[in-house]
Amino acid sequence: MTDMVLAQDVQKYYGAFHALKGVNLQVSAGEVVCLIGPSGSGKSTLLRCLNQLESIDGGAIRIDGELAGYRQHGNTVRELSDAQVSRQRLASGMVFQRFNLFGHQTALQNIMEGPVVVQRRPRAQVRDEAMALLKRVGLADKHGSYPTELSGGQQQRVAIARALAMKPKLMLFDEPTSALDPELVSEVLAVMRDLAKSGMTMIVVTHELSFAREVANRVVFMDRGTLIETGTPDQVLGNPEHPRTREFINAVLA
Amino acid sequence: MNPHPPQTIAGLRVVPRRHYGRWLSVLVLLGIALFLVDAFAHGQIDWNVVGQFMTAPVILKGLINTITLTIYAMILGIILGVVFAIMTMSSNPVMGAMARFYIWFFRGTPLLLQLLLWFNLALVFPRLGIPGLFEYRTVDVITPFLASLLGLGIGQGAYTAEVVRGGIMSIDPGQTEAARAVGMTRITTLRRIVLPQALRVIIPPVGNEIIAMIKLTSVASVIQYDEVLHNAQTIYYANAKVIELLIVATVWYLAVVSVFSIGQHFLEKFLARSQGRRKRPAADATPQEA
Repeated sequence: MTDMVLAQDVQKYYGAFHALKGVNLQVSAGEVVCLIGPSGSGKSTLLRCLNQLESIDGGAIRIDGELAGYRQHGNTVRELSDAQVSRQRLASGMVFQRFNLFGHQTALQNIMEGPVVVQRRPRAQVRDEAMALLKRVGLADKHGSYPTELSGGQQQRVAIARALAMKPKLMLFDEPTSALDPELVSEVLAVMRDLAKSGMTMIVVTHELSFAREVANRVVFMDRGTLIETGTPDQVLGNPEHPRTREFINAVLA
Repeated sequence: MNPHPPQTIAGLRVVPRRHYGRWLSVLVLLGIALFLVDAFAHGQIDWNVVGQFMTAPVILKGLINTITLTIYAMILGIILGVVFAIMTMSSNPVMGAMARFYIWFFRGTPLLLQLLLWFNLALVFPRLGIPGLFEYRTVDVITPFLASLLGLGIGQGAYTAEVVRGGIMSIDPGQTEAARAVGMTRITTLRRIVLPQALRVIIPPVGNEIIAMIKLTSVASVIQYDEVLHNAQTIYYANAKVIELLIVATVWYLAVVSVFSIGQHFLEKFLARSQGRRKRPAADATPQEA
C-alpha cells in the first residue's frame, strides 16, 4: 500500500502557543483513521495543516507523495504560489464542523461550484454527477434548496457531496457531527460509513467513539499537540496503554 | 374585593386607547401647510414660467447630463471601491499602504477642491501621454465632464472602498475556508463566494451613495459642466426668474431620486431571495386567514 498521507515532525505555533509539537502520522490509501482527543489537543489543527488551510512551521507533509506547500530544489525549498497550493488542495476534500455551505447557492449549485469553476469540467456532465451525489447522500429532492432551508444534518450531507464532487483521493472530516442535534448525527454517520466501505481514504476528527470503533482501521489519540497513542480501535479504545488515553476514554464514555 | 371578578373580557365593552398626540400633530401640520401654501401662492412666483421651463430643451439636456455623470461617476467609484477594498485586505503590505493612502487623501479633502484640482490639471501637467508615442495638451483632454467624472468618481471610490470592506468582513470566514478547500484561489474565492454574498450588505449603503451622487453632481456646475442646476442658473442669469428655475431643478432632482429609490427597493428584495426563504416553512405552520 502506498502512503496517502505522510506527516513528519510537523510543528505549528499560534504566536507563543505550541499547537503541534512534532507530529508524525502515516495513512495508507484506503485507510480510515479517526483522530480523537480532548479539545485543544491539536486534532483539528493537524487536519487543517494537511489541507494547507494552515501553514506549518516545521517538519513536512506529503500527500500522495507530493510535498505540500513547497517545491524542493536540491538543498532549498521554495514556497508555492497561491495557485499552486490551490491545485494541491484538489487532492483532498474537507468537511467542516459548521458545514460552511455557500449561502447564496442551492444544494446543487454548492456541489457543482468546484468542478465547474475550479476544474472547468463541462457543466452538463457535472450536473449529472452532482445529482447522483445528492442521491447517494439521500437528498435528491433537495437539489433546489438553499442552505437556510435545510436542517444541520442535511447541510452536512450536502457538504460531503460537495467535497466528493471534486473526486479527491483523500477526505478530511473536522468534527462533522459536533454541531448537530443528537437525532441528526446518525444520518451523517451513515453517509460516512458508506463512504468508508467504498474504499475512500478518510481522516476523521471525531468524538463519536462508537463510530470510530466500528469504522476506523486505526485510532489515533492526541493530547496537547502530541500524538500519544495509535493502534487498532480495539487496542486504543478497548485497552489503551497510555494513562492519558485511558483517562480521556473513561471521561467520554462516563 | 370586586364582586364581579372578570374571567374574560368577552361581552364587555372595549374602549380603545385614545391617541391625542396624533390629532395634535395633524393640527400643527395643517397650520404649517397652510402657511407654506399661502407663502408660495402670494409670493412672487410665476408658476407659468415654472411649467414652461420644466420641459425646456436646455433643462432636459441638463437633466440627461446629470444622470449621465451620476452613472459614470458611480461606475468609476464602485470599480475603484472594490479594487481598493480588496487592496486594503491584501497580504501584500505595499498594496495595503497604497489603498489606505488613497482613502485617507480623497476622504480628507473637500470634493469641490478636488474638482477644481482636476479641472486645473494643466497647470501641473501641461501635456498628457507617453512622450514619443502619443501626447495631448491637457487643456484639450480635461473637459468639464472629464474633470467632474474624475473628481466625483475617484472621491466616491474612497467611500465605496470602506463600504465594500465592511461587506466583505461581514461574511463568515468559514465561507472562505470552504471555497479554499474546493481548490479556489484567493481571487476566485472573492469573486465567486465572498463578494456575491457581501452584495446584500453592500447594496443598501451604495444605494444611499448613488442618491447622494445624483445631488452631488450639482457641484460640477462650478467648473462649467452643463448639468441641470448649471443650466437652470444660465437661464435665470438671462431672464431673472430665479425662484422659478430653482423650483424646476428641485422637482427634477426629486423625480430622479424617487425613481431610483423604487429601483433600489426591488434590487434589495431580489438579493434577499436566498435568505428570505427561511421564513417559508414557518409560514406553512400557521395557515393564513382567508
